[in-house]
Amino acid sequence: MKGILAIFRRELNGYFVSPIAYIVIGAFLVAAGFVFSIILASVMQYAVMAQAQAARSGAPPDIDVPLQVIRSFVGFVGTYVLPILIPMLTMGIYAEDRKRGTMEMLMTSPITEIQIVLGKYLASLTLFVVMLAPTLIYYLIVGMYSDPPLPWRIVGSGYLGLFLLGAVLLAIGAFISSLTENQIVAGVVTFVLFLTLLFIDLSVRDSSSGFAEVIKYLSILQHYQEFSQGVIDTTNIIFYLSGVVLGLFLTLRSLDSMRWRRA
Amino acid sequence: MIEVEHLTKSYGQARAVNDISFKVEKGEILGFLGPNGAGKTTTMRILTGYLPATGGTARIAGFDVFEDSMEVRKRIGYLPETPPLYPDMTVSDYLAFVARIKGVASVDVAKRVEEAMRMTNVTDRKDWLIKKLSRGFKQRVGIAQAVVHNPDVVILDEPTVGLDPTQRSEVRNLIKGLAGEHTIILSTHILSEVETTCDRVIIINKGKISAIDTPDNLTKQLKGGERVRIVVRGEADGLRSALETVEGARAVEIGSPDQSDQNDALAATVESDLGVDLRGRIAATVVGGGFELLELRSVSLSLEEIFMQLTTEEKPTEEKAAL
Repeated sequence: MKGILAIFRRELNGYFVSPIAYIVIGAFLVAAGFVFSIILASVMQYAVMAQAQAARSGAPPDIDVPLQVIRSFVGFVGTYVLPILIPMLTMGIYAEDRKRGTMEMLMTSPITEIQIVLGKYLASLTLFVVMLAPTLIYYLIVGMYSDPPLPWRIVGSGYLGLFLLGAVLLAIGAFISSLTENQIVAGVVTFVLFLTLLFIDLSVRDSSSGFAEVIKYLSILQHYQEFSQGVIDTTNIIFYLSGVVLGLFLTLRSLDSMRWRRA
Repeated sequence: MIEVEHLTKSYGQARAVNDISFKVEKGEILGFLGPNGAGKTTTMRILTGYLPATGGTARIAGFDVFEDSMEVRKRIGYLPETPPLYPDMTVSDYLAFVARIKGVASVDVAKRVEEAMRMTNVTDRKDWLIKKLSRGFKQRVGIAQAVVHNPDVVILDEPTVGLDPTQRSEVRNLIKGLAGEHTIILSTHILSEVETTCDRVIIINKGKISAIDTPDNLTKQLKGGERVRIVVRGEADGLRSALETVEGARAVEIGSPDQSDQNDALAATVESDLGVDLRGRIAATVVGGGFELLELRSVSLSLEEIFMQLTTEEKPTEEKAAL
């Protein structure tokens, strides 16, 4: 535990003494704020139109503005923003240590590889939460003026989905970083992998063949959709946690293999 | 303190370390000497528990480096060839971090960090970012990192590489200061370093131990005899026959002197058995034979020459071809 804490503290400090954390968090908040305001404006415009139409036909308007905003925002951030920004957070996690030679020091210290992996992973996850947290302010502001009232349950499930999605992407990114000494290579490979996952997901989204169903079941983004619709299904939670465990396990094997490779 | 028996490390067909055995007593400074790629770093990495050996055993303070790796790691401080530094940390933060992962109790961390900085003379740079330090200081921080948890054994891989002569002698003194309390293994390919720093030397070449002894003994044992070199003015054949009459001379070799301003002079090397001092007799013979004696000195094989003899039996043509 002490070992994990020491690694965790160093890694988290490491993010904040280099510009990378500020750049990524800054870029994320700009993108998120921009996307949120566009979504809010377009959904409201759509609601006004729906209302006008409803007035003509006499039926009540069938649109829940707050719900639409949350769904679209969480969906967009998870699908398009995280796959771009997370590789920047994970690319240096191990590659940098391998290049500096500090990996050799960590691996000859009386701490286990599991402690190294967990310490580093928890630090990246903490940074991710720090990055995500300020966007909750949007809902506080919208919540003050919202009618019907903001469905907090869906905000909660949407953000749980974002958190779990981020957790899996971070674990995958960390694994890729452990494979190379070059953090640029790690970042690019991670980014390309995330894009591929996204394209595969998009290409099967409207299909219902047996093969497409298998792909959908395995797709990280597919499970994410349900969270943004307010459904908290334990299957989905277990799916993501398995993804995290798999990523960490592969990282562990990768570190172990460094001991058997020719220097 | 350190016992290594029949240690072997193979990468596929290639043997990086081939059946190495040695012991190091507590408080000793042992030098690993050998050309690049001889297996020094691999041996050290096995001792630190970074690499597993293919065969043989290594024990540190009684613990097997593979079976009880964690116990061994607590007792070892290790400075790899590139100091494992985090450029964006301050010296004292960095050392505190290393102390924690090396298992120093939280209450003792500050004290140990102070002590390590004092020993390596970096206290006045404690709040500097490591990336702002000069190479010499980085190296000292690297050594501080290796001793911060007060380990029994300190392993230093090429601790003076890339330093200027002043920094090198500072680091050497620092290492000498650590001995006694700590058992030290250091590797180098600089010979003078071994002569001045180490109690014992292992000359390692192509994964095998070529020689293991004190620097003094190595010099004595391997040169196999005494040599006296003279420079005279006179005629070569006469000089040879005169020198061959000297009692105790085993071999005489006549050549030309190294310095170009002595073009007209002759140089000769007279070999004798170990412990026989021929200088007086040679001087008398040369002067008595009517030669003009310009220079006379006893030459001993430097560790440098021994090193060359032991490690360069491979054909020099190969190297030339590579160039």
